[in-house]
Amino acid sequence: MSDQQILNLEERFQQRIDAEIKVEPKDWMPEKYRKTLIRQISQHAHSEIVGMLPEGNWISRAPSLRRKVALLAKVQDEAGHGLYLYSAAETLGAERDQLTRDLLDGKAKYSSIFNYPTLSWADIGAIGWLVDGAAIMNQVMLTRNSYGPYARAMVKICKEESFHQRQGYEIMLTLAKGTEEQKAMAQDALNRWWWPSLMMFGPSDAESTHSAQSMKWKIKRKSNDELRQQFVDVTIPQADFLGLSVPDKDLKWNEESGHYDFGPIDWDEFWRVVKGNGPCNRDRIKARRKAYDEGKWVREAAMAHAEKKKERKAKLAKSA
Amino acid sequence: MKERLFDYILQLGDNSLILGHRLSEWCGHGPILEVDMALTNISLDLIGQTRNYFQYAAKIEDKGRTEDDLAFLRTDRQYRNYLLVEQPNGDFAATIARQFYFDSFHLLFLQELVKSKDEQLAAIAAKSVKEVSYHLRFSSDWLIRLGDGTEESRTKMQEGVDDLWNFTAEFFLMNDLEKEMAAAGIGVDVQALEESYYAQIQEVFEAAKIQMPDYKPGQIGGKDGMHSEHLGHLLAEMQYMQRAYPGMEW
Ligand SMILES: [Fe+2]
Ligand SMILES: [Fe+2]
Repeated sequence: MSDQQILNLEERFQQRIDAEIKVEPKDWMPEKYRKTLIRQISQHAHSEIVGMLPEGNWISRAPSLRRKVALLAKVQDEAGHGLYLYSAAETLGAERDQLTRDLLDGKAKYSSIFNYPTLSWADIGAIGWLVDGAAIMNQVMLTRNSYGPYARAMVKICKEESFHQRQGYEIMLTLAKGTEEQKAMAQDALNRWWWPSLMMFGPSDAESTHSAQSMKWKIKRKSNDELRQQFVDVTIPQADFLGLSVPDKDLKWNEESGHYDFGPIDWDEFWRVVKGNGPCNRDRIKARRKAYDEGKWVREAAMAHAEKKKERKAKLAKSA
Repeated sequence: MKERLFDYILQLGDNSLILGHRLSEWCGHGPILEVDMALTNISLDLIGQTRNYFQYAAKIEDKGRTEDDLAFLRTDRQYRNYLLVEQPNGDFAATIARQFYFDSFHLLFLQELVKSKDEQLAAIAAKSVKEVSYHLRFSSDWLIRLGDGTEESRTKMQEGVDDLWNFTAEFFLMNDLEKEMAAAGIGVDVQALEESYYAQIQEVFEAAKIQMPDYKPGQIGGKDGMHSEHLGHLLAEMQYMQRAYPGMEW
């Protein structure tokens, strides 16, 4: 293909995006669009999978049978989200096993929030409420992104995420209505998860490297800062209702803008965790690598067995 | 009679709970994402069954105890589950062996329990039968896959099957409680299931190219509250919140 032909294709591609026509797997797309999407979708898939670990940490200690079942089902939902997303990435020509190995080799990223530890039962409430809550802001936007399979996966996922968010909030509500010890546990969890949740939206717009092109391709429709503000605006009244306060002395309702003003984010901490020095980065990857390595013989056995079955079937067909 | 029925229901619920708990330990660590989800499904079914049993037991007892009191505030000596289900997960082959031994029994058991004179128990059993048929299909399929997969998987599967074989005796050796309940037409005459159990197992082993273990199973005690060292640790973890913060709503 000549450069001129590619230019024409790119122009037509952009016109279709502008006209809100979804891109489907068989459509022509710029190589960079494909790469950006694979990177983003797989990063998102990895986050779902790594995200199973901090919450999984409390399955064995859930305080009631009802909570145990709900938490198990929630963590299982996240595995399902990971599956949908890996499938969406595969429509772009990526391979799940390769994507997984990129994660284990530290070549692919996942949401930094999962590098924080879950220290008490209240953390399970806080994660559902804040982390799933923040994820929803991003994911609702992504239901309208330009790549069809990704957008459709997001629709399914969003329904479950909002259920998770309500469930997490309900845990917090129960604690907030409980004993002094329980209230303190809830407040402590909010203190620890608040800032990392705000960091989930990524660097501020001025610093964000991929934003402009992603906006143009409608992979993204709102900026990091817009989404973050939206999250703060819906979450603060929820914290008030719980009788808990977020750890930000600068937080103030701004009558003029109709939004909450909030204090500066510690971006040094954000980059420290992104670069591998969060409290649990090593543990998380180690746990995933252990599952992968110890599962190797199982995957090989499943393949070998399927192969044998196929051979036997073929032999049977021949002799018949 | 009411007390005996209460004890009997607890025994059923304990098995589902302890095995459900063990399986939940796999969540997030499974060898394949799809298997991770399937193990969690089974765990969810089993803990759901436990809740049905415990809610019913609490109602029969009528002393204001809840399903959670029964799960989180009994000691190991008060737990009546089979030794098999409290055994640690081990590798995936050990988990499959444990699951297969239990599922094979569980299904036969429930198919009898649906005929119980106790309507509530029969209803719980009827609902569970569907779930457990799926569990058995999952564990048999994997047993066959691993047995008839690679050399490595066959060795591991054989080892899992050999190690846990010892615990299958407990299913069929009836204690007084089980005899009483079976005689009353409420419980299951488990001894009568023994023959078909081992015949079924042999069939799947053959398909999996797995050898029947070459010793007579004989480890018992769980049903009467004499457990292995493993159960204490499991309960310490499972009951942590209720023990550390007594009497709170969660
Ligand atoms: Fe998710
Ligand atoms: Fe979620």
